Amino acid sequence: MIIANNVSKQFGSLKALNNFSVTCNKGECIALIGPNGSGKTTFIKTILGMVVCDSGFVTVNGFNIKNDWQYRSNIGYMPQTGRYPENMTIGQVLEMMQDIRGQKNNLELDEDLIERFEIKSLLNKRMRTLSGGTRQKISAALAFLFNPELLILDEPTAGLDPLSSEILKEKIIEEKKKGKLILITSHILSELDDLVTQVIYMQDGCLCFHKTIEQLKEDTGQTKLAKAIAQVMLNN
Amino acid sequence: MKKIIKYVIIDILRNKIILAYTAFLLVLSFSIFSLEDNAAKGLLGLLNIILIIVPLVSIVFSTIYVYNSAEFIELLVSQPLKRRTIWMSLFSGLSSSMVLAFLVGAGIPVFIYQPDITGVMMLLIGVLLSVIFVAIAMLAAVKTRDKAKGIGIAVLLWLYFSLLFDGFVLFLVFQFSDYPVEKMMVVVSMFNPLDLARIMILLKMDVSALMGYTGAVFKDFFGTGIGMLLSFSVLLLWSILPVWFSIRKFNTKDL
Repeated sequence: MIIANNVSKQFGSLKALNNFSVTCNKGECIALIGPNGSGKTTFIKTILGMVVCDSGFVTVNGFNIKNDWQYRSNIGYMPQTGRYPENMTIGQVLEMMQDIRGQKNNLELDEDLIERFEIKSLLNKRMRTLSGGTRQKISAALAFLFNPELLILDEPTAGLDPLSSEILKEKIIEEKKKGKLILITSHILSELDDLVTQVIYMQDGCLCFHKTIEQLKEDTGQTKLAKAIAQVMLNN
Repeated sequence: MKKIIKYVIIDILRNKIILAYTAFLLVLSFSIFSLEDNAAKGLLGLLNIILIIVPLVSIVFSTIYVYNSAEFIELLVSQPLKRRTIWMSLFSGLSSSMVLAFLVGAGIPVFIYQPDITGVMMLLIGVLLSVIFVAIAMLAAVKTRDKAKGIGIAVLLWLYFSLLFDGFVLFLVFQFSDYPVEKMMVVVSMFNPLDLARIMILLKMDVSALMGYTGAVFKDFFGTGIGMLLSFSVLLLWSILPVWFSIRKFNTKDL
């Protein structure tokens, strides 16, 4: 579903992505792991077209993202830190997104998270008054709202309270069962254990490995993802 | 595109600056017209105000607005929308609100006191100037990432167009006063939309005699139909080119 081919991106003298190639297919739930500054978020932003790569190309569903923009209607994106127009209320933001995305495709809305996070009671709050956690909830709700085939979650549980993070994890598992492609970055490896099927490990903008989780555990002789990754980092 | 323009305009109206600008123009125009006993003189006074205030408010407000919409733009870019659509909607929303504010603020008094071809032409030029300076603001805002720097550049650009350019032209005329530079002046004036606007209005008002021999040369050129058409095309170009460059930049910008 996503094919990245020799993607490179440079910010000043920093190579955020260096000949990065990877293929992700439908029905997979992939953890994007790597140290800080290894290019995970840059890669995600490249898929979304927010960062324009210097060389190489990315295709989503067979469309080269350079020339196409409609492919984004199949993507739900939850950013690392959700930034929203400060003087709009939550209700207005939700309404605006539905206005822009919803009607065109006549998709059924998935308001599951809006209900479970009890966002309905906050609709009149302005975005600037929200706490980091509430913003994360809005981001999550928006990412799942349009029933996208591809979910990109950048540090989804950072800043969420334990209850909300459980809700979000349950939701991710439900969506995974529906056969969607899910890309997650996280530093809390223990909670990825029961979610992901594959691991992409990045370092300095390069792909270190792309393995299924069973393969990784077998190669490192560990039973937990956290231990396995620690082992890999040590070996590096 | 219409949907996004709608949200931009709602957002602009919600912050009260644009309403204050309208009210300010309204008060200013009415007081200028009622101070002068002759409406044509009033129009001349209004012209000078328009040439200073309209570009300043347009460029500063638009630059700050674009920077403040960073979150809004970021949110939209990850949605199924073309970048060109997002940028054009921002431009259309900003310029239509500036134009509307100008038409209400200066248009109503002009139509009451001076409802003739000169008045209409002045409104037309004010509208064009609003759009041009919104366009220049968008270019300044997309080129620089830093907000303070971007606003600084916008203010400097305004200063350049309204003061520095004239100083530069005067210097040139003074240096080359032994040569016949009057025809050159027509070309040089094309490089500053404010100068072009000022000359067009002054000629329409038949006060070109004030400008001496240069005025006569201007009259020969701008007085003709082709000259008028050409200068309006140049003004249109001044509004299209900055937007075009800013779209090209925005299309490859990392957010």
